[in-house]
Amino acid sequence: MEIPYTIKARPDTGLINAKLGIWLFLASEVMLFGALFSSYILLRVGAVEWPHHVLDVPLATVNTAVLITSSITMVMSWASLMMKDFKKYKIYMGATILLGFVFLTIKYFEYSHHIQIGEIPSKSTFFAIYFTMTGLHMLHVIGGMIVNSYFWGPGSKMWKTEPERFTNRIEVAGLYWHFVDLVWIFLFPVLYLL
Amino acid sequence: MEGNHSHDHELGFWRKYVFSQDHKVIGIQYGFTSLLFLLFGFTLMMVMRWQLAYPGQPIPIIGSWLGDDRAPQGIMLPEFYNQLGAMHGTIMVFLGIVPLAVGAFGNYVMPLQIGAPDMAFPKLNMMSYWVYFMGGVTMLTSFVMPGGAANSGWTSYPPLSDIATIGQTVWLIGMVFLITSSLLGSVNFIVTIVQLRAKGLTFMRLPFFVWAQFVTSFLLLLAFPPLEAAGVLQLMDRLAGTSFFLPSGLVVTGQPLNVSGGGSPLLWQHLFWFLAHPEVYVLILPAMGIVAEVIANNTRKPLWGYKSMVYAAIFLGFMSFIVWAHHMFMTGMGTIISTFFQTTTMIISIPSIIILTALFISLWGGSIRFTTPMLFALAFLPMFGIGGLTGLPLGLSATDIPLHDTYYVIGHFHYVVAPGTIFALFAGIYYWFPKLTGRKMNETLGRIHFFGSFVCMNAIFMPMFIVGLAGVSRRLWDGGAQYAHAQPVLHWNEFMSHGAWALGVFQLFFIFNLFWSIRKGKKVEENYWHATTLEWATPTPPPHGNFLTAPEVFRPPYEYSVPGAKRDFTPQNQRMEA
Repeated sequence: MEIPYTIKARPDTGLINAKLGIWLFLASEVMLFGALFSSYILLRVGAVEWPHHVLDVPLATVNTAVLITSSITMVMSWASLMMKDFKKYKIYMGATILLGFVFLTIKYFEYSHHIQIGEIPSKSTFFAIYFTMTGLHMLHVIGGMIVNSYFWGPGSKMWKTEPERFTNRIEVAGLYWHFVDLVWIFLFPVLYLL
Repeated sequence: MEGNHSHDHELGFWRKYVFSQDHKVIGIQYGFTSLLFLLFGFTLMMVMRWQLAYPGQPIPIIGSWLGDDRAPQGIMLPEFYNQLGAMHGTIMVFLGIVPLAVGAFGNYVMPLQIGAPDMAFPKLNMMSYWVYFMGGVTMLTSFVMPGGAANSGWTSYPPLSDIATIGQTVWLIGMVFLITSSLLGSVNFIVTIVQLRAKGLTFMRLPFFVWAQFVTSFLLLLAFPPLEAAGVLQLMDRLAGTSFFLPSGLVVTGQPLNVSGGGSPLLWQHLFWFLAHPEVYVLILPAMGIVAEVIANNTRKPLWGYKSMVYAAIFLGFMSFIVWAHHMFMTGMGTIISTFFQTTTMIISIPSIIILTALFISLWGGSIRFTTPMLFALAFLPMFGIGGLTGLPLGLSATDIPLHDTYYVIGHFHYVVAPGTIFALFAGIYYWFPKLTGRKMNETLGRIHFFGSFVCMNAIFMPMFIVGLAGVSRRLWDGGAQYAHAQPVLHWNEFMSHGAWALGVFQLFFIFNLFWSIRKGKKVEENYWHATTLEWATPTPPPHGNFLTAPEVFRPPYEYSVPGAKRDFTPQNQRMEA
């Protein structure tokens, strides 16, 4: 016997295995970041003072736009595969990865600026939670970029042999990428604006 | 995640036995590794029990091996005692019982019971074992770090843990491995149960063991990430000098601590118990699942109230997320919050009682076969009952105040996990051994193992209630010898220690039986226990891919003694008798 429902959905659940798997994984991620956001609230409520306007809002706004755009290109890459257009897939997926690099570069300038003027995690609870939450988010971005790069490069060979399965993989990778984007949408107002 | 693994013969030794993707091999790997950790964690406790029974006296035999920084002249240092205490808890819970109950039994039995060829993601399955293995190795290496292993208790409460020796950092890294492993595992379990059920196997036809694994996986999936977050925050505190858990103005050995402060030690407790209370049900649910299988099989009648048990397990899963702060009544969080959590705690006892009652009533009118697995399963019922009932006074904030952090608490939760869960796990090993090997374990040795363990377990844990009610605190290096109020109950320490060592002796019967039976055990027929569930519908041991043809299910899981049937069991995959 072989493992069923890797490509075709199980009729009564309407799902392929990988899609259910990624949604469950995202549920656990919600709990991970949920715990960090809760910690943020608890620490801020208990704080004597909380710094305002110490982070670079324009840079972060640009970064928000970058990530949202990358989510769009990610969907487009999947849509291209649905329309059997492998060339367009390569372009959109490549753009998604590049936008990830742009995000990381901007983040690098932000981080190095804070570290240069002594605003490191041990300075205050605010910078501790700022570096921890954005750092963990950044690790998620890097993880997503590694997966996407694999599907852009060596992993894309599967398109020739099993196109349907490859399309499913991109959909699943896309769900993860949108989640990472969504976490940033929460991080941005919570850390930069409020 | 290639679906094609049916070419068994092409795999070499390493792929077949070490880096295997077959759920059965992984289950056995989990089983042996976790049994070794259980033995190791138990050994730590046997060493601690010497210090409690005879404080300040040199430990015989092994005392001289421990070295001057642990036990000079064989006399245990308090620092070493603390390491043993923290690591005993960590190893038993995270490296012993959960991997055995979920990793081993879940992995081996669950896919067979649902008629699946394997787990949904075999590569992830292999990864989760090896990540667990790395976590275990990390935990073990912490013993040789400067200052020794983690010594702030298995709960790792800050600020103590934030300023503890480097062993605590290694503990945190080990925990991150273990959490990652159980996340991978739980995703895999849920997907497998939802997607790979055989034709005709509806949710209400699943064996109760599968239901227990299903709910357990959700608890692992959703409760562990907050501890991962807490672990990251504590790592930041220890490595990057942040103050998440360090309040302002903290003074350590007369010196103000040079940190920014402003953190909250209570934050750790909330995050920790948000995991660790559901973790209690991670420990107990698979045990209930095993006991349900063994009881149905050995009473030769269907489980009484199968549906209520399933709904109770689901309700238990939900409720377990909103009771965590009953571990924190002493933190001064206020009467309103305490009232909320003691109410939810009283409510969560209801589903546990429903399951236990259903199992008790299942015995009524059955023609019970007193096999070794059945003996362990039967002992589980009153032992878990004692563990659960002694928990009620701890769940009410007024009665918790005098009992908190005493030996009463230790007695309570050990009754749940030691003669409770561990007995159920033994039942599972004796019950499914014929499935793995085609042989059965020796009954006489099994009975000696059972009756010896049963007496010893009670000899260890029953006196803890007495000692605890007298007000003796847990985690005391000398077992309370320096406290006046402990003097009248101090003699119990020696009694309990002898119980623990005798328990160790009786485990030798099990260890010998296990290895002897693998080679020399009596050969038995394929469906030796005359069971109804699907794992017995495969050849023994099951080949790669499990079933020769895809099984189809026609009936509920426990069709024993159906009136008018030819035999006293009707397997799930048997068509209606015309």
